[in-house]
Amino acid sequence: MAKADNFGFGEEAALLKESARKFFTDNFPTDALHALVATDPSPERMSDCAWERDLWQQLVDLGWSMLAVPESAGGVGMPLVAVAGLVEELGRAAFPCPLLGTLNATYVLIACGDGGQAALEEIAAGQAATLAITNHQGDWNVSQTEVSCEDGKLSGSAWFVQDARKTDRLLVSARSPAGLSLYWVATDAPGVSIHADAILDLTRDQAHISFDAVEAEEVTNNALAALEQAMPAIWIILAADIVGAAEWQLQTTVEYASARQQFDHPLGFFQAVKHPLVDVMVQIDQSKSLVYGAACSVDMEPARALQDAHMAKASASETAAFASGRSIQCHGGIGFTWECFVHLYFKRQKHSQMLWGDAGWHRRRLADILIGEVA
Amino acid sequence: MSDDARKDTQEQADFRQYCRGWLADNRPPEPTVRLPLSPLEIMTTEQLCYLQDWQQSAYDAGLVGCDYPQEVGGGGCKDCQRVANEEMLRARTPFFPNVIGLGMAAPTVFYHGQEELKQNLLPRLFSGEDIWCQGFSEPGAGSDLANVQTFAERKGDKWVINGHKVWTSLAHFAEWMILLLRTDKSHKYDGLSYFVVPIRAALGDGVTVRPLIKMTGETGFNEVIFDNLEVDDSYRLDELGKGWQVAMTTLLHERGAGELQTPRAGGMKSKATHTTNTANLIELARNSVRDGEPASADPLLRDRIVQQVIREQGLALNQQRARVPALLDHPMRVQLQNKLLMTEISQDTAALALEIEGASASLYLGDDNAPVGGQWPMAYMNSYGMTIAAGTSEVQRNILGERVLGLAKSK
Ligand SMILES: Cc1cc2nc3c(=O)[nH]c(=O)nc-3n(C[C@H](O)[C@H](O)[C@H](O)COP(=O)(O)OP(=O)(O)OC[C@H]3O[C@@H](n4cnc5c(N)ncnc54)[C@H](O)[C@@H]3O)c2cc1C
Repeated sequence: MAKADNFGFGEEAALLKESARKFFTDNFPTDALHALVATDPSPERMSDCAWERDLWQQLVDLGWSMLAVPESAGGVGMPLVAVAGLVEELGRAAFPCPLLGTLNATYVLIACGDGGQAALEEIAAGQAATLAITNHQGDWNVSQTEVSCEDGKLSGSAWFVQDARKTDRLLVSARSPAGLSLYWVATDAPGVSIHADAILDLTRDQAHISFDAVEAEEVTNNALAALEQAMPAIWIILAADIVGAAEWQLQTTVEYASARQQFDHPLGFFQAVKHPLVDVMVQIDQSKSLVYGAACSVDMEPARALQDAHMAKASASETAAFASGRSIQCHGGIGFTWECFVHLYFKRQKHSQMLWGDAGWHRRRLADILIGEVA
Repeated sequence: MSDDARKDTQEQADFRQYCRGWLADNRPPEPTVRLPLSPLEIMTTEQLCYLQDWQQSAYDAGLVGCDYPQEVGGGGCKDCQRVANEEMLRARTPFFPNVIGLGMAAPTVFYHGQEELKQNLLPRLFSGEDIWCQGFSEPGAGSDLANVQTFAERKGDKWVINGHKVWTSLAHFAEWMILLLRTDKSHKYDGLSYFVVPIRAALGDGVTVRPLIKMTGETGFNEVIFDNLEVDDSYRLDELGKGWQVAMTTLLHERGAGELQTPRAGGMKSKATHTTNTANLIELARNSVRDGEPASADPLLRDRIVQQVIREQGLALNQQRARVPALLDHPMRVQLQNKLLMTEISQDTAALALEIEGASASLYLGDDNAPVGGQWPMAYMNSYGMTIAAGTSEVQRNILGERVLGLAKSK
């Protein structure tokens, strides 16, 4: 059970979620998304990182990129449940922008204490940021980095960096004399090279980044503690994005199953279509409840945050896979085409499913917490 | 302070304190008979009397029917039944025997009965003195409930009832039955009417109750034959031809999605035995052996246990989210999933328990070596009663698809 009856999701949070929904439906309907990102079907395409910079700027002006930044650093200081509400709507719109990366960086910076203050102020001033903490094997264990720092200069490379070409700042983990430290680096600093990955997901961009003697500011020399503290929030917001996207997949497929007729009935008349769609809804609702429950734990009952966040991301990863599969299958042939919008979400969900650990990765850790580690 | 107490209104907080105090001083004695898994498997009068005594004392103390008005024998409180339920679960009391009365008959009579009928029937229902049963299903009317053929023919201000009900839980102990029947053969839905009927008084004189044996070997449900039973028109709920609408009130509450909270107690001994939850599942895994190691060390079993924990927590949080309108896309969407989820999750938990037990899952209640007294195989079998009764899982999926998602109605 979550600590607060309403998960701490008060009036302000409800208003924010509602205005986010309106913002995206008014400004960025799915046909706009398709026209923006689905320009090159070639399987060998390089990601071209198409996004609506002006819309992102509006979002920044609304204060949404600095929602999680504490008021003491010039931000809005909203609780995680409220942020999850916004991200759910962002996921529903599959809006390409560096919000998730910026939130991720924010939660890690908050966990850095005083050292994070200056960087948080930059985010509050509208800078976008992202984490560069993963090795080339995509090991989600946060202690793995292939960057090192010597004499205040970063060398090496970081992989699977999200929204790298949309961001202004990087929060980089690197081996340092102290062990593992975090550094704040501008993406246009001399020595930083961004190599775009050719990815499946058309709504995001991803890159590996090499550092060649890059001057960097140390944020903390105890990166491990900060990253471990922040990971639950990072998993939860990604899970919220998945839930929103899955709801789009469900609603879109339900509409199709109501409009399209075969054998003299709408498709949804047949239980082989109806029941799987119900199962998708049930799975979404489980994930959604787990997301807000876990967010409430992060806000109010930190001792449960890790366990509840693992549950939220484990469940959401399953939802991503299940909702995606059904959305294509129930559309039939048209669902298998480039022209139909469902593939955009299918691909975004595949990306989200694996990012920061898939269901099995989280459940293995949960087993250790709930059942005890095996000697 | 517990999680529950944190969110109480003043009235609820005072009531909670009262319940806690009363329960501390009035714990029912240990039963001298084996209690069944749920009220639906009560087989002997010894079991019944023990549970009835408990319900009576809980009612006298004000823990049953809290939110109903005082005129009908209730407590006249606002949202206090939930508090009483939480405290009774916490105190691990026995459960109440009159489940169908409390969960289905009471709200139905309350919303659709005449004032006098309510005042006559509800106090003895709440106290457990009158056990109730539900006469809906028939040999030809299961999932297709509106196909009910039991017929009432008008005779002055009386009705004469003939027909055949099946799977009637608790009918062997029941004073009263809520009865869905037909008063007009020319309209499927609008030909249905709804009565309350004193069946015990008419045993051998218009009513026959015959027990049916369940796959577990337990009894608990029955078939009930009506042979020219005469009942008074004052036992009719709502208007003639409105039986289907009244039945919807019953079903909504039966599936845990109704307006009024059902008084619920329970949990007695549940730590040690037979409650299909994952805490007990983990306990079982620790105490079972696979390949010479505790089963709780087996990576595949661990993963499947964790999957069940996640579903169980998802369900609990669903119930909490159902009360936060800002987090709902459709007002009934989450509530209507309750029955489906609850029964399917516990079925899968019980199935997993049998796999954890391995060879020992072959041992049933009569075997001294059966883990946890053979309760898991029994719980597993009974779980199918739950996914069938009160609208099968398939029917639940139809309801969700049609009412929530708006998909075309299936045949
Ligand atoms: C333990 C237990 C206690 C019960 N207690 C009571 C009681 O107290 N009072 C009472 O009135 N009834 C009671 N019932 C009866 C219960 O409500 C019915 O068994 C149930 O509604 C299913 O009806 P049926 O058994 O006729 O199965 P059927 O309706 O014949 O169904 C058989 C199978 O077909 C499936 N099916 C049927 N129609 C459809 C459809 N349209 N779409 C998809 N699948 C479909 C069902 O899901 C099921 O799997 C009880 C049942 C059990 C098991």
